Amino acid sequence: MTALQHVTVTVNGITYERSVDPRLSLVDFLRHELHLTGTHVGCEHGVCGACTIIKDGMAVRSCLLLAVQSDGTNLQTVEGLRNAETGELHPIQQAFIDEHGLQCGFCTPGFLMSTLELLADNPSPTDQEIKDALDGNLCRCTGYQSIIKSVRLAAAKTSGGKLAGTHGSA
Amino acid sequence: MKPAPFDYYAPETLEQAVALLEKLENEDVDAKIIAGGQSLMPMLNLRMARPDALVDLGKIKTLDYIRQENGTIVIGAMTSKRAAEDSTLLRDRQPLLHAATGHIGHRQIRNQGTVGGSFAHADPAAEYGAVAQALGMEMVVVGPDGERIIPADEFYLSFLTTDIDATEVLTEVRAPIMPDNTGWAFQEVCRRKGDLAMAGTAVTLRLEAGSCAEVVIAVFGVNATAARLPEAEQVVNGQAPGEAIFAQAGEAAAAALDEPIADVHATADYRRSLIATLVKRCLAEAVERCA
Ligand SMILES: Cc1cc2nc3c(=O)[nH]c(=O)nc-3n(C[C@H](O)[C@H](O)[C@H](O)COP(=O)(O)OP(=O)(O)OC[C@H]3O[C@@H](n4cnc5c(N)ncnc54)[C@H](O)[C@@H]3O)c2cc1C
Ligand code: FES
Ligand code: FES
Repeated sequence: MTALQHVTVTVNGITYERSVDPRLSLVDFLRHELHLTGTHVGCEHGVCGACTIIKDGMAVRSCLLLAVQSDGTNLQTVEGLRNAETGELHPIQQAFIDEHGLQCGFCTPGFLMSTLELLADNPSPTDQEIKDALDGNLCRCTGYQSIIKSVRLAAAKTSGGKLAGTHGSA
Repeated sequence: MKPAPFDYYAPETLEQAVALLEKLENEDVDAKIIAGGQSLMPMLNLRMARPDALVDLGKIKTLDYIRQENGTIVIGAMTSKRAAEDSTLLRDRQPLLHAATGHIGHRQIRNQGTVGGSFAHADPAAEYGAVAQALGMEMVVVGPDGERIIPADEFYLSFLTTDIDATEVLTEVRAPIMPDNTGWAFQEVCRRKGDLAMAGTAVTLRLEAGSCAEVVIAVFGVNATAARLPEAEQVVNGQAPGEAIFAQAGEAAAAALDEPIADVHATADYRRSLIATLVKRCLAEAVERCA
């Protein structure tokens, strides 16, 4: 057993302090230690994008980070999208519902978080820019056309960049 | 937990990191540096790498910069590839390195992966390998005996292997600014955007009195390390630009390759024919940029 490492990390506005095994991945930390199971695990080697979260304003793979590497960072996961007070879904989530951007929903948390970064950086992306931002997320059942439509709708509904928690407000 | 157990250290200065690497080496501990983790973490998760200890460079803030020093662009090893992609200095003064950066993986990988990590990892399909050879870049490493500057052609030794010693840290990469009127091109072919390339090419050249001069052709993704192909460069040097001569250079490039890698993504023959096409297209694109 290797020495446990101390981690202090803020996730969706709440600060957690934990001692972790250094080999614990960030996605397992989120799911098993913090019980935030909205972030999904697919391939665990960086290819599928299901585990995408926002770290200090940028979309990253939580399967390719150790929990210890998140020490001192500010994270946002899919659980942080919904308005905590009203319970209302985030405009990106609502757009994925309205445009049928998901079927089984396994890939969806990753697509939502990649979209969150995209629209924070670029409130009115072209179709090519949408494709470039999402080329690291795989969907095995919906098909990409309705996902792109969902992002287009989300952009239209949020133009002006009123998106919480990424570059703009971090 | 997928990786095998390891000890974890997060030194806060370069000096601490080098001292730690030396101590672990003396104690016979198999230690590995982790930078962005975007290549190492998959290898740990698949247990292709099972180090006894990880030395995380993430807390060393002095290795994160992109600046111009005289005729050279210097990049700190811990600079993220996203920062390189967003750098207007890099885009304006070292456009070949900038263009190659945009081809590396996906946005989410470039956000976390470092520039230094891509050089140090030395994947045969890494875009930076070809850029390093084409530009004649230099790598700066710091170890217990101080600093060493390694030219690109001595830096890459083989598949995933560089000249960096187990007790050394890559601290900076240096890319000379191309002379005015240099044309350049960077192209690759992958199955899906963001994948590691099956083959790719970087070209620089100048036009002098209507003829191609100082032609540099470097290829990656086909052999254990990226390499320049003087056989193909010679075909074009001194010649007027044109489709026929570029096609001939492409054929010469394909013929000059060592037996290419064959894997699930592409056969050796297919990689050879990709190089012929990419060299031809890159030469034409580079000439257009000379104007
Ligand atoms: C889905 C996916 C797609 C990708 N596509 C591409 C692609 O198209 N092209 C491409 O080039 N790469 C690609 N990569 C790899 C990616 O670019 C990595 O970020 C990069 O190769 C390593 O950088 P890192 O900072 O993450 O290094 P790490 O993964 O932390 O380290 C990689 C290796 O380099 C060593 N190392 C790192 N930094 C230093 C240093 N400063 N001094 C000494 N040794 C060091 C480590 O010990 C380790 O052996 C891809 C990765 C994924 C997951
Ligand atoms: S689970 Fe992280 S990219 Fe697939
Ligand atoms: S909705 Fe099923 S994998 Fe994307």
